[in-house]
Amino acid sequence: MSARLIALGIAFVALVSVPYWMPGDYYINVASQILFYAIFALGLNVLVGYAGLVSLGHAGLFGIAAYATAYMLQIGYGHSAAIVVALIVGIASMAVFAVLSLRSTGIGFIMITLALGEILWGLAYRWISLTGGDNGINVRLRPAPFGFSLTSPNTFYYTTLVIFLLSVAAMTVFVRSPFGASLMGTRDQPRRMNALGYHVWMIRFYACLVSGLLTAVSGILFVYYTQFISPQTLALTSSAEVLLMVISGGAGTLLGPMVGAALVVVVKTVVSGFLERWNFLLGAIFVAIVILMPEGLVPGSARLWRLAWRKMNAPAKAPAPEGKP
Amino acid sequence: MNFWLVLTVNSVTFGGLLFLLSAGFSLIFGLMRIPNLTHGSLFMLGAYVGATFVVGLLGFQLNFWLAAILATLAVAAFGALAERLLLRRLPGDQLAQVLVTLGLSFMAADFCLLVWGGDPLNVATPAGLGGFVRVGPAVFPMYRLAIIVIATVVALGLWLLLDRTRLGAMIRAGVDDPDMARVVGIRVSQLFTIVFALGAGLAAFAGIIGGPILSVYPGLDQDMLPLALVVVILGGSGSLLGSFVGSIIIGFIYNFGQALLPELAYFVLFMPMLLVLLLRPQGLFGRHVP
Repeated sequence: MSARLIALGIAFVALVSVPYWMPGDYYINVASQILFYAIFALGLNVLVGYAGLVSLGHAGLFGIAAYATAYMLQIGYGHSAAIVVALIVGIASMAVFAVLSLRSTGIGFIMITLALGEILWGLAYRWISLTGGDNGINVRLRPAPFGFSLTSPNTFYYTTLVIFLLSVAAMTVFVRSPFGASLMGTRDQPRRMNALGYHVWMIRFYACLVSGLLTAVSGILFVYYTQFISPQTLALTSSAEVLLMVISGGAGTLLGPMVGAALVVVVKTVVSGFLERWNFLLGAIFVAIVILMPEGLVPGSARLWRLAWRKMNAPAKAPAPEGKP
Repeated sequence: MNFWLVLTVNSVTFGGLLFLLSAGFSLIFGLMRIPNLTHGSLFMLGAYVGATFVVGLLGFQLNFWLAAILATLAVAAFGALAERLLLRRLPGDQLAQVLVTLGLSFMAADFCLLVWGGDPLNVATPAGLGGFVRVGPAVFPMYRLAIIVIATVVALGLWLLLDRTRLGAMIRAGVDDPDMARVVGIRVSQLFTIVFALGAGLAAFAGIIGGPILSVYPGLDQDMLPLALVVVILGGSGSLLGSFVGSIIIGFIYNFGQALLPELAYFVLFMPMLLVLLLRPQGLFGRHVP
């Protein structure tokens, strides 16, 4: 337990001191990206990991919060109004998503969320009078809460870090709460949970709302980071990217989605520096992870670590029988 | 008057293309219980491979129909390989299978971009079908009518295959109850490969046949996959009649939506799907709820 505390402390210090040891603004920006994508991945993980519902439409929700922010700013509202409206729009869209897609689980849920995500993408792409179509919407200024301007990479990083830490803390509480336990119950034994008197549909619906809130938060951070939003953000590729973050890191773990987000953002940034073929790599990693390490990197390496640890500590115990069939 | 007539013909043509695309999707879904997310990529691959021969990118040109058959066979082989080498390794794990098809679709899209570049390829209308047919005051491109004929012939062929042959009976048994089909001695996993290859081939054929109308461009896969999805959700999985009726309906909605409500075309397209999901989750002619 103390080892875990020490690791957490080191991680915290490392995160807080990023602007001091990173070699330049570019890398600080990459760190900000990792943090808000990690929030996004944590949000999707509520469904994929803890509820057992795989959504392929989350980029649509991420994008709709981003569009709502950009649109509100464009028609002249202030930052706080834009952010509040974006959160409401994000959660309300998630509620609509949930009502439609929670009619089924498993493959049905995937198909419905995929189709809903495509609708949002199609609307962003075609409803030009509202969204500007392919030209997207520009966001001219980042907000300055309490006179703390977010224009520089450092200040933006710290704001994202605070929101990220809050989200991680909230997720930790969520997972350990009775509600988290009942959600995992509906994932593993929906019928038994139903028989025990739990309202399975309602539990899943609330989980969707939690997921929608985190997704909307990350969408707002995203639009303030890039200061631009276009339909590309809502495409199926983006939904698949964030799903890859969750699955590659390890769905249903707290640390997994964050590791996955770091992995995907770093690989994407590094690779696109000298290679245009990011999508090919994304697909290949996807296939490789699903076939070779379906439980994800964090649980996978934890398992390997435990195995190695046990071998190291108990070398004298019965040597493996040779010539076993 | 003319406008509506032309729009109607275009809708039926597009419905025919959608049927070629979605019939395989529906069979794969019905039998293997997974939405094959590479289906749009198979359509695009077929279009690109066929266009390579038709345009003569390899230094020689082939007859359109010969190119279409070659592309169909090549993509069908690719589909069979993907099923054998990748999906077969994850038996019964439908979620993992869906994710593999998703990963494959990204790889295929980037592969096409790498090989054929970003510029659209225009496929010439096959010789002899470039003209127009005059019916009273209206003028129809001959090729569009030809597509309707081809789609009808393929639909009849598929119906005969599924309804009148031993293989078709085995596939239907697999769709209805895979476990029971295994018990009576049908090698269902072998059917998976056959159906996957058949579906891939049909999608590729639709791709090259649609080439002269849609042209071939990066992103074609992303445009077609949602349509196949909508058709199958609307018509019901595993049902040939379902994908036929669904295709025609979606063909009409897509074309009329584009013409009358261009800004909301996508929204209009997905509305019937949502209605069906709410009122009849198994689809119009489907046998089981996904």
